[in-house]
Amino acid sequence: MADQRGPVIIDAAANSRLGSVGGWARNLGLVAVAVAVMVVAWEGYKAIGQAIGGTWPGTSVDLPVSPDDLTMPHTWSILGALFEPVQRGSDETLAVFLLKAAAFTFVEAGLGFLIGGLVGLGLAVLMLRSPLLDRALVPWINISQTVPLIALAPIIVTWGRTTFLGDTVSVALIAAYLTFFPVAVNGLVGLKSPSTEKLELMRSYAAPWSKTLIALRFPAARPYLFPAFKLAATLSVVGAIVGEISAGVRGGLGRAILDYAGRYTTGPEKLYAAVLGAALLGLFVFGMANLAEQRLVNEGEEQPR
Amino acid sequence: MSGPAIVIRSVDKTFNPGTRGEVAALETVDLTVAPGEFVSLIGPSGCGKSTVLRLIADLVAPTAGEIEVFGKSAHQARLDRDYGMAFQSAGLFSWRKVARNIELPLELMGWSKADREARSAEMLAMVRLAEFGKHYPWQLSGGMQQRIAIARALSFKPRLLLMDEPFGALDEMTREHMQSELLSLVSDLGTTVVFVTHSISEATFLSDRVVVLSPRPGRIHEIIDVPLGSGRTDDAREEPAFFACSTEIRESLRAIGAAA
Ligand SMILES: Nc1ncnc2c1ncn2[C@@H]1O[C@H](COP(=O)(O)OP(=O)(O)OP(=O)(O)O)[C@@H](O)[C@H]1O
Ligand SMILES: [Mg+2]
Repeated sequence: MADQRGPVIIDAAANSRLGSVGGWARNLGLVAVAVAVMVVAWEGYKAIGQAIGGTWPGTSVDLPVSPDDLTMPHTWSILGALFEPVQRGSDETLAVFLLKAAAFTFVEAGLGFLIGGLVGLGLAVLMLRSPLLDRALVPWINISQTVPLIALAPIIVTWGRTTFLGDTVSVALIAAYLTFFPVAVNGLVGLKSPSTEKLELMRSYAAPWSKTLIALRFPAARPYLFPAFKLAATLSVVGAIVGEISAGVRGGLGRAILDYAGRYTTGPEKLYAAVLGAALLGLFVFGMANLAEQRLVNEGEEQPR
Repeated sequence: MSGPAIVIRSVDKTFNPGTRGEVAALETVDLTVAPGEFVSLIGPSGCGKSTVLRLIADLVAPTAGEIEVFGKSAHQARLDRDYGMAFQSAGLFSWRKVARNIELPLELMGWSKADREARSAEMLAMVRLAEFGKHYPWQLSGGMQQRIAIARALSFKPRLLLMDEPFGALDEMTREHMQSELLSLVSDLGTTVVFVTHSISEATFLSDRVVVLSPRPGRIHEIIDVPLGSGRTDDAREEPAFFACSTEIRESLRAIGAAA
């Protein structure tokens, strides 16, 4: 990830402006194509599957996924469900309901991203500062990611309820548990990336360790940190949803997915719509991190070789 | 300020002593540099030229012997910011604009913003890149970047400048041009310079004295005076004394087995 070395461009300002407009159009086009391909594949599978009776031709072996409308509702039924009332008699549409749920989950995820990012950066700095801590912490950091989140989530929420922390903070902590890891690992590599010459230059100015950290190591770490932030952004949504589901927190997308999964037979479209919402939220936070990267890491920025 | 700028007294440097990676880099090195003097270090690769520079800069500590810079320990001189440094790679910070690269040492020294900006403008003019302050380093050619690195090293007007093959990556024409420029800069400022190079003509043109180091372990083989006087211009390259001196350095290098 570190050696995506862009071409050296003389007039960066003009070029990146052009590049970003063209880039937006191209990205939008790509998304449209990807969505179209998925819709065609989904509907095509249904149409062909139903035409051949739901079994492999000439056998009685079922297709891997049944093409009927309960298992695979039409794409337009999913879309249509978004604009129907969320419950009979309610004047709130499913779309609005999911948007509110997404906002709820976004707050948890954003808080988790912040906590995880700060903890990750803090750990990276500690490990940089002390080789002893580095050796002591690395196994624990790695083990932390092998503990299943599903097991951990109810514990954290229970603890949260016995203290002044609300469920939102608890779920944020669950998300942070996933996000700190890439930030700590990539952050440490990035903080160590400046050349000996640059570090000696700072020493020649008798710069204290903290000044070297701020003026050299942190800026040099940005090309390593932002890929980690992008990963952490999507992980924070995953963490928040898993946290909500396993701890039974109401109000977010996780709860909506759990509810609609339970009432699948009466309205499969709603579950798909909620899952779609979760995917869009993930894309949204990824896009935000991506935008931050484009703003804060220059195109001509020297990359580690 | 009448004492010598640098005194190196019977210095040994062994890297990783007592381990399998032990390297005897320098042995009984003695050298005194006068204020305002320009001294070059030349010798085969690995003979310890950079190590001498790093010892003066207090980036490594001697195994034996002592080093004084302006009458104090090398360590104190570093804390007092008595010297500036420049390397073969310009080593500019890519996320800082050119002017802010020059201002980096000033920032670390706690100068006010106005003072910093005034000084970086002055330095930019001095290296004749006044209009490039707002550019990023990667928008400049290699030679221009090196001039910025020199401006950065001189921004706080240190009394001593330590340079490790600063023009090593430049083409011959740019290089000669930069040599003249450097000479007039440091003679204007009265800066003492210790300069590491692989080029005989560069050492001859720039230096008051050329120190020839022999390898494994590094020792001072010979110190050659360059009788070209001060206020040299490009014409100095065509004087008989220039050729005589270059030949003397070449003979000296040949005597220690460095094919030159
Ligand atoms: N940090 C270090 N650890 C171990 N050995 C080192 C270290 N720095 C230098 N050396 C060794 O000391 C010797 C002198 O190195 P130095 O870099 O001073 O040579 P040099 O004359 O500058 O060479 P060059 O012309 O190639 O730059 C070499 O044998 C080198 O391998
Ligand atoms: Mg060297």
